[in-house]
Amino acid sequence: MQAFDYARPGSLAEALSLASNGRRVLFLAGGTDVIIQLREGRRSCDLLIDLKRIPELTALTEHPDGSLEIGAAVPLAEVYENPAVRSRFPALVDAASLIGGIAIQSRASLGGNLCNASPAADSSPALMVLGADLRIAGPSGERTLPVASFFLGPGRNALQPGEVLISIRVPALPANAAAFYHRFIPRNEMDIAVASSGAFLALDPGGRIADARVALGAVAPTPILVPAARDALLGRLPDADAFAAAGQAAYDAASPIDDMRGSAAQRRHLARVLTVRALENALRRIRAAN
Amino acid sequence: MTTIERPAYRVIGTRPIRPDGVEKVTGKALYGADVRLPGMIHGKILRSPHAHARILRIDTSDAEKAPGVLAVVTHADLPAAADRVEELGESAVNVKEVSENILASEKVLYRGHAVAAVAATSPHLAEEALKLIRVEYEILPPVLDVLDAMREDAPLLDDTRRTRTLMTGELSEKPSNVASYNRFQAGDVEAAFAEADVVVEREFRTKMVHQGYIEPQNSTANWNADGTLTIWTSTQGAFAVRNLVAEVLKKPIAQVKVVPMEIGGGFGGKLPIYLDPVAALLSKKSGRPVKIVMSRTEVFEGTGPTSGTVIRVKAAAKGDRLTAVQASLFYEAGAFPGSSVGAGSMTMLAPYNVENFVIDAYDVVVNKPKTAAYRAPGAPAAAFAIESIIDELARRQDVDPLVFRKVNSARKGTRMVNGIAFPRIGHEECVEAALNSDHYRSPIEGPYRGRGVASGYWFNGGMQSSVVVAVNTDGTVNLIEGSTDIGGTRASLAMQLAETLGIPYESIRPSVVDTDSIGHNDVTGGSRTTFATGMAVYEAGMAVRREMVARAAKLWGLPEDDVEYTDGIIRSKKDGRQLTFKELAAQSARTGGPITGKASLVARGVGGAYGTHIVDVEVDPETGKVTILRYTAVQDVGTAIHPSYVEGQIQGGVVQGIGWALNEEYVFDEQGRMVNSSFLDYRMPTALDVPMIDTILVEVPNPGHPYGVRGVGEVPIVPPLAAIANAIYDATGHRFTELPMSPRRIVEALNGLA
Repeated sequence: MQAFDYARPGSLAEALSLASNGRRVLFLAGGTDVIIQLREGRRSCDLLIDLKRIPELTALTEHPDGSLEIGAAVPLAEVYENPAVRSRFPALVDAASLIGGIAIQSRASLGGNLCNASPAADSSPALMVLGADLRIAGPSGERTLPVASFFLGPGRNALQPGEVLISIRVPALPANAAAFYHRFIPRNEMDIAVASSGAFLALDPGGRIADARVALGAVAPTPILVPAARDALLGRLPDADAFAAAGQAAYDAASPIDDMRGSAAQRRHLARVLTVRALENALRRIRAAN
Repeated sequence: MTTIERPAYRVIGTRPIRPDGVEKVTGKALYGADVRLPGMIHGKILRSPHAHARILRIDTSDAEKAPGVLAVVTHADLPAAADRVEELGESAVNVKEVSENILASEKVLYRGHAVAAVAATSPHLAEEALKLIRVEYEILPPVLDVLDAMREDAPLLDDTRRTRTLMTGELSEKPSNVASYNRFQAGDVEAAFAEADVVVEREFRTKMVHQGYIEPQNSTANWNADGTLTIWTSTQGAFAVRNLVAEVLKKPIAQVKVVPMEIGGGFGGKLPIYLDPVAALLSKKSGRPVKIVMSRTEVFEGTGPTSGTVIRVKAAAKGDRLTAVQASLFYEAGAFPGSSVGAGSMTMLAPYNVENFVIDAYDVVVNKPKTAAYRAPGAPAAAFAIESIIDELARRQDVDPLVFRKVNSARKGTRMVNGIAFPRIGHEECVEAALNSDHYRSPIEGPYRGRGVASGYWFNGGMQSSVVVAVNTDGTVNLIEGSTDIGGTRASLAMQLAETLGIPYESIRPSVVDTDSIGHNDVTGGSRTTFATGMAVYEAGMAVRREMVARAAKLWGLPEDDVEYTDGIIRSKKDGRQLTFKELAAQSARTGGPITGKASLVARGVGGAYGTHIVDVEVDPETGKVTILRYTAVQDVGTAIHPSYVEGQIQGGVVQGIGWALNEEYVFDEQGRMVNSSFLDYRMPTALDVPMIDTILVEVPNPGHPYGVRGVGEVPIVPPLAAIANAIYDATGHRFTELPMSPRRIVEALNGLA
């Protein structure tokens, strides 16, 4: 491990100024990815900027419009223990409680999980099907980006040099709607998704599917939304045939690789199985709420 | 607990608190990584990035000048090693190969093979300095598969190696990667196949797997100015470390002192030495104590896992009889000869009485880490093959698989494949207990659920032990021993001493001491410590009893024959005068001085052990995931000295077996680089992956031990691979012959994806 400097700014402005001073910079939220990467020589930097003292990045806020804003450095445990998250966004609990063990969840953040940009990150498909937006601050001001546009490749995200992810904004769900996220791992703990699927379903008063989103993890260079799954579901009754059609769309959309965590054939197959099961579970949540 | 022919014991069979328990649960126990000495610096090892390459040049000049660096060593710093074999108990090693494995000289034979080492004032500076060592390699094609390695045109790891045929001692004319070949045979397999009702033939494959001990290898060495050397290390055998270090560094044994620290698991993997001579050389060069601690990746890539295997079996049944077995076992030794194929070939048929067999065993070098012992080394893979085949034969003959095993069971007098007759053994009793268990009598119902059974055998070990028993004037006793305590042996030895002396367990304080402080002890391996060091404890205890009888006789002016020692009371047979152990201990100064007993022995009378396991599984056909619903392990334990630790050993062995069966494997790329060298991707089971493992202790006392002890630690890893494969077959109708039976393999097979 090589030596680097460490800074802990108390404001966003200070962080942005530190991030644009020409040195090679990395950000530290929970540090559960970046410290390991530094230690193993997979990343290097001159300056590590700790974001945990910046108010905007550590707040979890419910807005009057029902949306939820989660600071990028809020620990996962705070996310999944939050009563509003538990009652209104259980799919976030699904994802946040899967990342690491209890000790890791007390440090690791949704923002860090997104910025690390692993194709297998658990938070990504869940936030994609929830239609979340990202608030990003940079030298030239603030911008907003849909989470689905954030991932560029394994380990690569859309942040420009000097930019910082401030928060994740999750819109309120419509009535008769729910989301669900799960993954497949060979063990029951301590593992990375071989494949994962998030699903969002909204039903109209007649019980037909009014809106839907399906996202997949670990089956492509980035987490992906599956628009064809939405097309296969819209206007239909949420039955086995509809879900099978969405599963087929997920299967078709997957372009996985073979590696030590799973084979391409296995992952493509799992994309279908997990998507059908995610839709079934989202539907179960809608029915349980009614 | 099923107890057969067991005498009434006072201490044996109870469950007292272990002497090392409080220190461990309060975090105060000292492990190798805790060692801190004045002036101590840190060593790091440079390892080969290639699986097979010739070393053309090593330039350490820049590293030597790097900040904080105080010493750099390569193979050139090691004395030329003798080409001779050193017995380590469960494994034997060639000293020259040990030296080559510690630091490569001319060739690197696997990725992770150590090439050079640096000591610096901080571990980070040492790590940075490694990058400044320039090694020029001529990359050679790697040999990664055991069958590929046997081909005529395979690249050779060592072009001077010839195949030794063990029956005759002959060496092959041509060089080969096959280090040895051996055959056991009896009867007429061809005739038996011709007369059989059913013949089944299959090929089984298992991957290289690691012991996965939680504590990485570590060593701290201090080379003193007078040439004496002290090593603090995590090892299964401090004396083996001492002897090997002395051999490799060409030092008199008495100049090397090894201090065994607490050990965070070994399972056979901490029998060899890796870091100790390197830390010693770095200390010699720098004049400072040097500590080296491996990373997990180094543990995976640079220490000894167990062999990957290919095993071909053809077996026959007539009625409910197993009539013939023909098997060929091909085991990867890794970079140097010495796989566990010998034990695999000898244990494979040990549960059965089969008259006709031919077993061929091949020890093959490949460009992977040199294998080391792993819990019943060689036996689990062989049992996976034969116990799967037996399941199939029983099904084809419509015989209950446990009944089939009972009918064909080996018993006292049955000959092992090497012709030696078994003493009293307990396989039949295990199968009987399994048949009568609540588990086996309960139905297994539901789709994709199934049940499997399998048996297994392990020899267990005897070997050398020394102990000293010192009686204190208040009646407490110090038990001085030199056997690494991995599985609760401080407790099981103190209990045997308490039983022998007739005093409370709590009066005895056992200590595992360094190599300067007790006579030689062989490694804690082969499930031998409770058995063999226990035998030494018994003899030392008996020596104390004799001494106390002599002291009382002297006090009372009686001949020794008129004094007896019973249950901690020393009594005159003539007039009933008596002294308790404590009362007589208080008089030691005026009756002849301190009372001690000692024993040094080679333990004979080893009792082999059997286990029979029952497992229920559920398979998710859509994901391929296997859930273990229920697991019962039946084992003949001889006498359970401390039943909780016996059960713990059995449960631990089963859990490792579950990991091996379902997910664990070394994954190599085509260049021979391990791609899953972390606990994230090398998937051992977590606490959430296994149910409660139920145990049934069958006690068929070993007639070769005063308390009937049989080794218990290893046999429980032998049956699980096959038991789980048989259960998955029962659940899915698909017979898996390749491990691990990972979700990937199962989902691909059940859904036709591959």
